[in-house]
Amino acid sequence: MKYFLDSLGWTVFWGVVLTLILYNIVRYAMQ
Amino acid sequence: MMDFIQLGIGRWLHVISGVMWIGLLYYFNFVQVPAMAEASKDGTAAGISKHVAPRALFWFRWAAVATWLFGAMVLGKAFFDAFLFLKPAYYPIGVGAWLGTIMIFNVWVLIWPNQQKILGMVQATDEEKAKARRVASLASRTNTMLSIPMLFFMTASGGVFRTAVFG
Repeated sequence: MKYFLDSLGWTVFWGVVLTLILYNIVRYAMQ
Repeated sequence: MMDFIQLGIGRWLHVISGVMWIGLLYYFNFVQVPAMAEASKDGTAAGISKHVAPRALFWFRWAAVATWLFGAMVLGKAFFDAFLFLKPAYYPIGVGAWLGTIMIFNVWVLIWPNQQKILGMVQATDEEKAKARRVASLASRTNTMLSIPMLFFMTASGGVFRTAVFG
């Protein structure tokens, strides 16, 4: 559990953050 | 008929090999790495290193190649429209294709050569092994993170769904 929160939890967190950033960039670029 | 082979069969094989690739990537990150950490404490890690990891890495790295090639085949003549962001309709898959390309680079340039040192397939000093372990695990973790936006843009890149999501 500690391992998940320390590392894989952050991997997923940054993956989702990056998805949202890129999503908004592409959506804006496509207008 | 050519459309059937390129878009139908090509996309199908792209997804099958992609499941193999990303499935094994998640296996490494969510199963094998935590398991190795515990197994090395009670002396049972050797079995994983000897019998499991080399096989998993074999399917992992070749599935990555197959996935990229079938992806390129599906893009076909739109390959540069996607990679060079020449047409808005290809922006979402362009982002997905770039993320996938970064990931296959990580597999072949960072993960595989370093795993060969870690698993003893290539001679390396303890110091080199320690460095290899850091680079390989960082690249593997990065790929797990990149797979999240990559899959978003791949699944958001088609037809009605793309129009609904990206306008």
